[in-house]
Amino acid sequence: MSVRDDVSARLPGGDAGLIVAVLLVIYAAYVLIGVGLGYSLRGQLNTIAVLTFYIGVFAMLALALNLHWGYTGLFNIGIVGFMAVGIYVMALVSKPLYESGGAAQVGGLGLPLVVGIIAGMVAAALLGLVIALPALRLRADYLAIVTIAMSEIVRFSFLSGELQQFQLLGERVGFGGGSGLILDFTDPLEAFFGFFGLWDAYLGFVDSFEVLVPNNPKPVVDGLVYGVVLLFFVAAFYWLLKRTGESPFGRVLKAIREDEDVANSLGKNTNRFKIKAFMLGCALMGLAGILWLMTSGAVTPNFFRPRITFFVWIALIIGGAGSNTGSVLGGAVFAALLYQGPRYLKNLVDTVLPNADAPSGFGPAIAPLISNFDPAPLFFYTIDSIRQLQLVFMGLVLIWLMHNRPEGMLGYRKETAAGIPLTAARARGTAETDGGESGGGSDE
Amino acid sequence: MSEAADAGDGDEPGVESGATSGAGAVGDAPTELNLGSGGPSVSEEYPLQVDSLRKSFGGITAVDDASFQVERGSLTGLIGPNGAGKSTTFNLITGMLQPDSGTVTFDGEDITGQKPHAIANRGLVRTFQIARELQEMTVLENMMLAPKYQRGEALWRSVTPGFRGDVIEQESELLDRVWNVLEFFEIDHIAEEFAGNLSGGQRKLLEMARALLTDPDMLLLDEPFAGVNPSLERRLLDHIHELREQGYTFLLVEHDMDLIMENCERVIVLHQGRVLTEGTPAEIQANEEVIEAYLGGNV
Repeated sequence: MSVRDDVSARLPGGDAGLIVAVLLVIYAAYVLIGVGLGYSLRGQLNTIAVLTFYIGVFAMLALALNLHWGYTGLFNIGIVGFMAVGIYVMALVSKPLYESGGAAQVGGLGLPLVVGIIAGMVAAALLGLVIALPALRLRADYLAIVTIAMSEIVRFSFLSGELQQFQLLGERVGFGGGSGLILDFTDPLEAFFGFFGLWDAYLGFVDSFEVLVPNNPKPVVDGLVYGVVLLFFVAAFYWLLKRTGESPFGRVLKAIREDEDVANSLGKNTNRFKIKAFMLGCALMGLAGILWLMTSGAVTPNFFRPRITFFVWIALIIGGAGSNTGSVLGGAVFAALLYQGPRYLKNLVDTVLPNADAPSGFGPAIAPLISNFDPAPLFFYTIDSIRQLQLVFMGLVLIWLMHNRPEGMLGYRKETAAGIPLTAARARGTAETDGGESGGGSDE
Repeated sequence: MSEAADAGDGDEPGVESGATSGAGAVGDAPTELNLGSGGPSVSEEYPLQVDSLRKSFGGITAVDDASFQVERGSLTGLIGPNGAGKSTTFNLITGMLQPDSGTVTFDGEDITGQKPHAIANRGLVRTFQIARELQEMTVLENMMLAPKYQRGEALWRSVTPGFRGDVIEQESELLDRVWNVLEFFEIDHIAEEFAGNLSGGQRKLLEMARALLTDPDMLLLDEPFAGVNPSLERRLLDHIHELREQGYTFLLVEHDMDLIMENCERVIVLHQGRVLTEGTPAEIQANEEVIEAYLGGNV
């Protein structure tokens, strides 16, 4: 029995209730630890904002990957390439026109943010199509090779001097090359609230936080509000993908994952289904890339190294491939425990023991432990190197999961692929008299 | 399963007795099969015609100039020793392999080299030698997958508010059909089970039931009785005979000679990729060449 069967049944709201409950537990843990150690309110709120941000982006990416891998069985390890194309194309479209003397080396087309976001998603989807057309005819592992190669090609393309600056529609635009691209379009939150004519109201709302956070509360509130916006996007992703999965379309995707020949022999044009699913997932990855980076002020190609792809895979594996609820939970747990957790721990230790000097290397760290059983230097050394050790820790978790719970937190592939519930379907009037060999088989 | 076993006892040879015992065996079954589609619709006297089909893999010629045809509404057996090219022939007919030369005609149209899904959509549907249920899907999901041209297979219609109502409506209709077929095959009690948990025989039943839901005109069954216990085999045969009476055409690959001889009207014998002979079971049984092919030429 999976965790979900035990827990989800008892929670109000089913899967959505489970997600909310896990998020509450995570937040409560962060807040409690912070309070217990005397964190300032500003620090607390910042921590929450950053945590929410990463929960949001990893949940979105895991959901998109779940459509590829969990539903359709498409082995995409080029996630980061689609993210990069999303944000870069969005920047190209939405950055203001070039003005000489400005901070930015290159301009954009000066179109509204929403146009840029749509353009970024479309570009990511089209890149997906270009990859899918040749690669989907091949078996799964070849798609994996093609996608990871693509993501590196994308990164090197944005690094290259050729694309640093060029003319498009008579405007001086470009991708900035290795030195990065300044994202000098309108502040996304301002654009968002401005669209509804609420920007001034929002600023007033921010000012009211002076009570809680004196001295410039805007960055803190912006972070929190953006986190909430991201959670809304997670909800939208979830809604869209749940509908996709719970439909005849999703049923064919599942069948492709299980046995493509069978789907074909039942008259389904599996290539077409695979391409559609792949493009939808790529567009969502592009959107997640946009949302991840659009508030960061600048973007450099080397952000898009394959490690982010593998972070998303870990998140999906933790949650359980094949389940949308699991994807969200996996994203949240990954962000809270594996991605932000170690950094938070380091901050905490630094706060509690501000004067502890970490040894400069492994030798000085381990020597006192051996000579006079003093573990403190090793502890501080470990805490100091936590960003490097984080990857080791993720690897260990992954190995443990593969051995002990390969189906993830939520068990495997339980979400019914139909537009209507298939379980309570028909009132079974007559008692079943038919036992025989069939009854034994179903117990296997 | 006692009633099915009773109906099948005696091993009477011949098609007629098989068909009548079939009707008797499913007398208890709740419904006559109603697919809600009006049944098969082929018009040709010989819906499937295979002409000079040839396929080689490297130096091995698996199918070598095979030609035969299958009569409408018949249960035709395709037999041959191991390596005779039966499965390859099936794969060539259903588009899973491309022939080197030769043609396949279905319902008067040349379908040679078409994609498997296109051929299936024309009404020529196959099952597999090793039952290929979709393991991590429930029996109901397996079944709901099969019907052709479902509205909700268009992604936009499934997700767009305002259009999804149509999808849901069709899903309810399909679910009714699915239950009918499950009851016909007497596997409705395992409807919510994951297909991967079924016994071998149940998988075979599921696979045939699923194939039927595509509204086929003709079914190609690749060893449907392999690994199936005798009483279930009887039940499967009864279903096949009943469906045949409703107008479906069957081409059946099978190793069990007795079974073929008792149940098929016509038998095609493949040997080393060629059609060795064809005829009624009685003719085949009397044919020296067939015996020689099976026993390696030492008789």
